[in-house]
Parts: sequence; structure tokens; C-alpha cells
Amino acid sequence: MQTFFQQIINGLSLGSIYALLALGYTMVYGIIKLINFAHGDIYMLGAFWGYYSINAWHFNFIEALLSSMVVGAISGVIIEYFAYRPLRHSPRITALITAIGVSFFLENGMAYLFTSDTRSFPQVIQQHNYNIGGVLISNIQILILVTACILMVLLQLIIKRTKMGKAMRAVSVDADAAELVGININRTISFTFALGSSMAGAAGVLIGLYYNSIDPLMGMTPGIKAFVAAVLGGIGSVPGASLGGFLIGMLETLFQSIGLSAYKDAVVYVVLIIILLILPAGIFGKNVKEKV
Amino acid sequence: MKKSIKKFGYIMSIGVAMTVFAGCSAAKTTGQGNQANGNTIKVGVNMELSGAAGGYGNQQKQGIQMAADEINSQGGIKVGSKTEKIKLVIKDNKTSTNTSASVAAQLVNNDKVSVIVGPATTNDGTAQIPATNKAKVPFVSPSATDPDFTLQKNGKAQPYVFRACYQNNFQGSTAAKFAAKTLKGKRVAILADNSTDYGTGLAKAFKNAFDGKIVANQTFAEGDKDFNAVLTSFKNKKIDAIYAPGYYSEIGLIVKQARQAGINAPIIGSDGMADPKLAQIAGNKNANKVYYTTPFSTKASASNPVAKKFMALYEKRYHAQAPTFSALAYDSVYMIKDAIEREKSADSTKIAEGLAQIKGLKCVTGTTTINKNHDPEKPIAIEQLTNGKVSNTYESK
Repeated sequence: MQTFFQQIINGLSLGSIYALLALGYTMVYGIIKLINFAHGDIYMLGAFWGYYSINAWHFNFIEALLSSMVVGAISGVIIEYFAYRPLRHSPRITALITAIGVSFFLENGMAYLFTSDTRSFPQVIQQHNYNIGGVLISNIQILILVTACILMVLLQLIIKRTKMGKAMRAVSVDADAAELVGININRTISFTFALGSSMAGAAGVLIGLYYNSIDPLMGMTPGIKAFVAAVLGGIGSVPGASLGGFLIGMLETLFQSIGLSAYKDAVVYVVLIIILLILPAGIFGKNVKEKV
Repeated sequence: MKKSIKKFGYIMSIGVAMTVFAGCSAAKTTGQGNQANGNTIKVGVNMELSGAAGGYGNQQKQGIQMAADEINSQGGIKVGSKTEKIKLVIKDNKTSTNTSASVAAQLVNNDKVSVIVGPATTNDGTAQIPATNKAKVPFVSPSATDPDFTLQKNGKAQPYVFRACYQNNFQGSTAAKFAAKTLKGKRVAILADNSTDYGTGLAKAFKNAFDGKIVANQTFAEGDKDFNAVLTSFKNKKIDAIYAPGYYSEIGLIVKQARQAGINAPIIGSDGMADPKLAQIAGNKNANKVYYTTPFSTKASASNPVAKKFMALYEKRYHAQAPTFSALAYDSVYMIKDAIEREKSADSTKIAEGLAQIKGLKCVTGTTTINKNHDPEKPIAIEQLTNGKVSNTYESK
């Protein structure tokens, strides 16, 4: 039983990272129907920013987290402005290929500038364990869970309660109609990228602190898994992405705990195939009929 | 006008044909391979400088450059009566087997190198063999550990393939003996890197040689960061030790997460984790009861003057403690130097003969002899980490 609860904790902390990343995918997809494959690499940028800001300027945890969210947001906006905006009216496949190109650019660019060595992340918060009935929870695991939950609630509030959020929802339903009623589409899309990318930046610092190891290719696998999480939850749906992230984290943990660790990545992709076959709209996705 | 062009074409084609045949006959009479000419010895480097193994490849490049600079500053390599300097031709294979094959072809055909150092991984190294065999150019891989890497299908050694590191069976069985005899382990869990031949090969060798019971056999992939689930599943299996063959970037995290999950069993690994970065990633207070098999130990360097010199030189140049990969790459260059000096020739086929006959060469990673399978025979040591520092070295025969 202890092992079971311990695995739940492991799954939740892994899942909260996927959830934070999946939010960015789902928001961008919701608004411009583009799968932003460079999203996982913004998470890597966030981690590297955390690494340098803590080492060079001795930022504490909160400062590092907030500043990496800002850096994530800025890089998201820059990528959107230079890579995706000129392609706004081209076929979706063009934008998709560009997204993969941006992802490679960021990975190899960082590997060129900072070498592909694995670095150890400065430990601004000393890790210690709490023993609750035989189940070990570390303060960093709690921190990750809490931060992830706060950010997700905050995001939901921005989307549902603010004027900008209303504009985002309007653009995602019908961009042309939104423009007709006076919404600045470019600004709204930039804002969406900023918001989604700041989540990735935050996830980067949290992961750096939790695992204590960062490298330029760290965004690749989590990025793809977060994409699966977003599809699982229903791409375009914010609560769906959070749920999908936690589910994928749990699934991976489950497969490792029953001794099938060799298949832990495969099972995630199998889920993607199954979901696309039987529930293409995902758990929370709306099934919109195409009208001719 | 047209006629003259045609005529020109004839002459050209005859000329081309003649040079081709000339090449053939020349090759036949003088024993083929890339001939050394000029006053430098061209050494190709086919290395993983970017991509997944870029971290290890760059460490090896440092070792190669250090060795080449050192040799050149002493005048060069003695080839018979004259001394020739080394000229490195460094190319990146991006940790891709396709690129490795084309880099190898470029090095042997266009750059006409006499010998190649690299690649670092078994997969990329194997991809290089067709090109080097065809051109009869030998290569020394600093770190390709698969037992079959240097062998042909019929079990004989590949004539142009050499390595500077141990092969997996030797290292895996040494670790198994150490776990059973020295640590008195009866129940061992294996957690191996299954994305490389290195990890899977070592795990297999360990399993075959270990006397006790293997209670769990799990794997991970390169780049994984979360091992909590697997480690939690080990926890109630009453394990005496964990065997985790892989590289420091992942094993460091396994050590950290195991200790934080309250697993205090010894963790045994391989030379891929013999790097100061291991303790940095794991955290010094977690790096306890960690053992690994290694050809090159910081402690052993006290009794080995070559290693001592190398350590000091590396620290001076790169301001860090020398990693094993740099040491192996450094040794690869010195193996080549030794081969050239004994054969008194820098022709590629001669170097291959020389490499096969290395005997008792004093290297950073111990006194090395190349056996009939083109594997190096050298002493192996097991180092123990306590609080992130090497606290003990066990010699093993």
C-alpha cells in the first residue's frame, strides 16, 4: 500500500510537468490551429535561464521562476513574430514544418553556444523528505505540484475573467468575425504565445530544481509527451490539457512500477494512436462537425 | 570546332582512364591503403561533437587535441629517420550512423588520412567500418565497447578496427564478481540504459557472470530524468545492490533519486560514470556507496607517471578534472604514435600492423597490450565514492 501511494506521488509530480507543458500546446492550437513543436524547447530555454540567473546573479527560487516565465514569454512572442506570423495565411502544413525547424534551430543553437554537456542545476532550495505514514514526499515535489496548480488556476482565470481572455476565446472561435468586432488579432495571438510559453519557462525551472540536470536536448521527449497529453485531454481545451498531463504522468509511472520500464515511452505513443482512433476529439474536446 | 571538342573528349577520357589504371597498379604494387606523403601525418577524427552523445564526443576531442599538441610541441612523431608533425582533420558525425559513414568516406577518400580516431559509440563506429575497410585505413575508437565491434562475422578480428576501451564482457563480469565477492551481494537489481549497446551489453554480461539472484531487470533510455517509479518498485524487493551500467548524466540522477527515496544499497556502475560530473548531478551527500569499474582512476594516477602528467596537463588547459573519455581519446593518439614509430612508416596499412602489435605501452589508462581480437588488455580498478569523492580503489585481476 505504501508503495502504491509512493507511486501516486511520483506520478503526480511527473504529471504536473507534462500538464504545464501541455497547456502551451493546447492554447496555441486552440487559437491558430498550429502545433507549436518548438514549445518543448522554450521549456529548455527556461531551464537554462534559471541556471544562469541563479549562478550569475544569485536569484532565489521565486525570482528565478518569475524571470524565467518572462524570458519564456518573450521568446515565445519572438518566435511567433518571426516564424509563424509571416505564414498566417499559408497552408497549415507549412506552419507545422516551420515549427519543427524552429525546434531544431533552438536545440542545435543552444548545443552550439553552450555545448551539449549535461549541467547540474544550482540547488537554491535544499531538498528534504517528509515521511507521511511511510510515504516519502520531498518539499520540491510539493513545490512543483503547488506551483503547477496555482499557475493552472491563474491561467483559467485569465482566459475566463479578463478582457484579453475573452478576445482569445473569440479569435479561437472565428478570427475574421473577431476582427470585425474590433479585436486586434495579432496582439491577441502574441498574448496567447506569451502566456503558453511562460508556463513552459516555469516548468523548465521546476524541472531543473527537481532533477538537478539540464541539457539542450531536454525539451525533446517531454515536449512530445506533453503534446500527447494535450491530444488526450482534447486539444484546444485548457482543463483537458491539465488532466491529460496528469494522466500521462500516471501511466508512465504505472508501467515502470510493474516492471515494464522498457515500454514506458511506447505506451504513451500507443495512447496517442488509440485516442486518435476512437476519441479523436479527446476527453474534453468538442466534436465540431465540418460544414461544407 | 565540333570535331576538336570531340577529339578533346577522347584525349580526356583516355587520360582519365589512364590515371584510374595508374592508381590501380600503383596500389597493387605498394600494398594499397593511404600512403603518407609530405611532412605531416594526417589523422582523421570522426567524432560525435553534437547530438545525443555530443557531451562525450567533445571530451574525447579535448583528449585528442591535447595529445596531438603535446606530440607536435616535442617535434612530432619519428617516422624512420625524420620527424613528422600530426595534422588533425576533425569532423562531426552528429551522433548519426548515416553521417558517420559519410564522414568516414570523406576522411579516407578526400582528405586521405592515414588513420582515424573515433567515433565514440559502437553504432557510429560500426557504420564507419565499410569505408575504412575499403580504403584500408585503420581506426581506433576510444570508447566503442560492444564485444563484437572489432570482430568479423567469422570471429576473426577486423584488420582495421581497434579500440582503447574494455569490451563489455570483461567489465560486466568484473562488476559481477565484485558484487558477489567483495560486497557479498545475493540479490541484485539491474537498471540499464537500453538506448545504447553499451548499457544493454554490460547488463547482459553482468547477468551471465553473477552468482546470486537478479530480482529485477529494468531499463531506461538516454535523456530520461525521472527514475522514481522504478526505484520505488525496487524498494520492497530486499536488494543488496543495484547494477546500473550507463553514462554519468543518467546514473547521476539515479544515484540522487535512489538516495532520496531512502534506498541505501550500493550502486555499481561502469566506466561511463567515471566522471566528476556524476557527483555534481547526484549531489555530494547522495554520492555514497557508489562503485564503478574503470581503467582510469584518479587515485591510480599517483602510481602511474603518465596519468599524473596527463591529469595536471588537462587541469591546466581546461580547468577541470580530467574525465575518462578524454583519457581514452588521449591514449588512442599515443597508441597510433607508438604504431607509427615501431613500423617506421605512416602508411595506413603499416599503422594497422603496428596497432595490432602494441605491447606493454604505458598509457594514462594503464599499461596496454592489444590482443588478437584487437581489444586492449590493461588492469581494471573499482573506485568507491563517499560523499562525492573517491575514497577507495579496489584492484581487480
